[in-house]
Amino acid sequence: MSDLILNAVGRRVPLEVNGKPQTIFQGVGAYRPTGPKAAPRIPSNADYGTDKRLRSLREALEKCGLRDGMTIGIHHHFRDGDLTVVPLFDTIAEMGFKDITFAPSALFPTHEPLIRHLESGVIHHIEGSMNGPIGRFCTHGRMKGTGILRSHGGRWQAAQDGELKIDIGLIPAPSADSMGNANGVNGPSACGPLGFALTDATFADRVIVLTDHLVPFPNVPWEIPGMLVDYVVEVEKIGIPEKIVSGTTRITKSPTRLLIAEYIAQFIEEAGYLGRSFQAGAGGISLAFVQYMAQRMRAAGVKAPFARGGSTKYLVDLLNEGLIGYILDGQSFDLDGVKSLRDNPKHISTSPFTSYNYHSKGNIAQHVGTAVLGATEVDLQFRANVVSHSDGYLLHGIGGWQNTLDADLTILAFPLFRGRIPIIVEEVTTVCAPGEMIDVVITERGIAVNPLRQDLLDRLKGSSLPIVTIEELRRKALQLCGAPDAPVRDMETPVAIVKWVDGTVLDTVFKVPERE
Amino acid sequence: MPVAVGRDAKEDILLHLEQVDAGANTVYLESSVQNLYGRHIRELLEDGLGDAKVEGVTVRAKDTGALDWVILARLEAGLRRLLPGFKTRLLPERAWEYRPQVPKDRWRRSRLYLPGNQPDLMVCAALFQPDGVILDLEDSVAPSEKDAARILVRNALLAVDFGPCERMVRVNQLPDGLYDLPDLLDTDGVDTILLPKAQRAEEVGQVAQFIKEYNTRWGSARRVWLMPILEDAMGILKSYEIAASCDEVCALTFGAEDFTRDIGAQRTKEGRESFTARCMLVMGARAAGVPPIDTVYSDVDDEAGLVASVKEAIALGFEGKGCIHPRQVRLIHDAFRPEEKEFQWAVKVKRAMEEAHARGQGVVAVGSKMIDPPVAARALKTLKMGEFYGMKEGGNHE
Repeated sequence: MSDLILNAVGRRVPLEVNGKPQTIFQGVGAYRPTGPKAAPRIPSNADYGTDKRLRSLREALEKCGLRDGMTIGIHHHFRDGDLTVVPLFDTIAEMGFKDITFAPSALFPTHEPLIRHLESGVIHHIEGSMNGPIGRFCTHGRMKGTGILRSHGGRWQAAQDGELKIDIGLIPAPSADSMGNANGVNGPSACGPLGFALTDATFADRVIVLTDHLVPFPNVPWEIPGMLVDYVVEVEKIGIPEKIVSGTTRITKSPTRLLIAEYIAQFIEEAGYLGRSFQAGAGGISLAFVQYMAQRMRAAGVKAPFARGGSTKYLVDLLNEGLIGYILDGQSFDLDGVKSLRDNPKHISTSPFTSYNYHSKGNIAQHVGTAVLGATEVDLQFRANVVSHSDGYLLHGIGGWQNTLDADLTILAFPLFRGRIPIIVEEVTTVCAPGEMIDVVITERGIAVNPLRQDLLDRLKGSSLPIVTIEELRRKALQLCGAPDAPVRDMETPVAIVKWVDGTVLDTVFKVPERE
Repeated sequence: MPVAVGRDAKEDILLHLEQVDAGANTVYLESSVQNLYGRHIRELLEDGLGDAKVEGVTVRAKDTGALDWVILARLEAGLRRLLPGFKTRLLPERAWEYRPQVPKDRWRRSRLYLPGNQPDLMVCAALFQPDGVILDLEDSVAPSEKDAARILVRNALLAVDFGPCERMVRVNQLPDGLYDLPDLLDTDGVDTILLPKAQRAEEVGQVAQFIKEYNTRWGSARRVWLMPILEDAMGILKSYEIAASCDEVCALTFGAEDFTRDIGAQRTKEGRESFTARCMLVMGARAAGVPPIDTVYSDVDDEAGLVASVKEAIALGFEGKGCIHPRQVRLIHDAFRPEEKEFQWAVKVKRAMEEAHARGQGVVAVGSKMIDPPVAARALKTLKMGEFYGMKEGGNHE
């Protein structure tokens, strides 16, 4: 492992990871690589007929020329209901290959069995997200290579500038035809958009579509065009529908979280952002603040030009009511979201390509008025962490979190402490966002505005909201919870790095020694 | 015999205690916050055992993010169950230094019930700004957990910041409730005691006398108010006597659930079965010069129903409503807010009263209308309530 040097957020990061040189973070918007974009190999029509079906995944992997050390990409639209990732690596293990770089757009608890392939060396390292038991495995330094954590937009960026070369892209698709035209809105495993798969479809040298719902050509709409697909494999089942779109996305009942959601809606109105576009996720607080904000929009007689999903029934209802003009959707969290995406022309599927692309001439995230997000930690400089727990263990992927920070008004909302652990800390364990990206922190016991946003402080003067300093929030948290011990980390042994949206290294995740 | 105490639930801790042979105490800890607070919690438990001067006690703890005052309460309750005659108190640090006497006639529009054996709700209760919080030792606590709840509530009174809320405790029905009192009074952190199923004026007077003597003995000048809850036919029939039993009674309130059972009726949404009783309670309380306060509205999801029920209560003469969920507080407060028209009329009445007084006239008139003294008194009350809500003469034109 190479030496660690200090970057522009004051964090020690490696100059080389998994044998590849790295660019360190230089400040928001400071890094602008030049030259042509990366591209996949040139295919020729003569090699493809009208029927690309093969009998098995193994046969497809063989025909794709799988070798030791290759990189395999996959999307995560099936979330915890995925039935494709674990069999994929079981097959690769059977075939006897090793040292694979696995680059999924996200992983979920259902992927825990991958640990055996990490232990045996079939998987060299993961570039994407690591949580739960896989997060612990990586944090203990047991992964062969070093993990790389990227945002959804970062995965697209890395494929475009050549940092991430995907050799084989696997695209599990709820509906496909024999040419490989695929979508996510039809079939028993319907999941909504397939936008995350576009990275693999566009940039992988070889692309395999895996489906449990083969339909005659043409399969429309073709969110994934068959012209980008090498092979099609039909299998019995690619996902568990109840776990793909749980249908249990419900507004929180927790009075504390509802109070936070009310504060968010009031803050948005008083800051002058009511009637602007917004980003709403599926978290309990996110769903709730949208309801409170909608009440205020009705009372004020204003509409939002668009909202960014993950879509849910709640967002769809607002679209149908006319309170929002469009839903620009990255993923659907329930069946109402899937259905609306399929049937309502004002409900549009967007991909990381249009939403979050760093190497593009503008993107949708920049157009968003308000984004409300969570965090595992925020520090006194407003730097925020979403990937690791305060004890140093990897906990979540970055998802679209870093990308949506581009909104005009970025709000991080969470209870002041969770199960005794304070969220406001002296210094975040892992920096996932520089402080200048975070405008406001909203908790049930106080709201802190980033001093860089004096305009917000001016507008909120005289507000009935409990506006305090971030130091005051920290003091309150410590008073309630007591001071936690510092995490025990081996600060010379990186186990993963966190990338900023431009591909530079923002921070390092260090090894936590295993306790006996 | 090994004993268990506490709960395997969020922000709580479950302890198993066992007396083995004499010798060092042993603590085994499993915690959801092991890496960040494990060392601290272990020390807290070990020091607690040391302070308790016990030996040879093994504690097996399963923690889910309990705060210190909860952990100490559970340890003390566990030791009391394990060791007959154990009396040592394991007190947390006091979160407040001095609290002024709560006035007898303060606002009591809303009072939020908090189950006495459940710490997580206590910590956030003040955020919802009810006029009062009720730490409940009675119906929300299982009979087998009464001892643990009493200690938990005692520690909450010391360690939890309830902000400007009136701190109320509902003790158990008399005479058991008397045994709840010393732990509570010693904290100096309780403002008002709720007496459930009150039936007789004498027992209310006895509680007042007990508290007065107890507080005098340890040198506290604090007056602790009493709020009898009338929950059966006898209580209702004696409402005046109970309200007038002693100067400590600050309000009378009603318990619908037990009352309907007592008279052999079914509780309905419309509440016809308790209508007469509530009216009698209002009269009893008013005759004794204390405010009547209404029961809870138990359907948490029915917000419109709650608002209607508060409006009805106001119309009957009640001055407050109980809450079983924090979401109900704001709705209740909004329902108690005077109408703008009513407030502006009250402003005019007050002006007219001042002018009449300045002229040395006894007769008050607004325009061509004479204002009778009771009407004037009602106007002053409306004015006070409106000002409390920040209402201004001429309305808010911002």
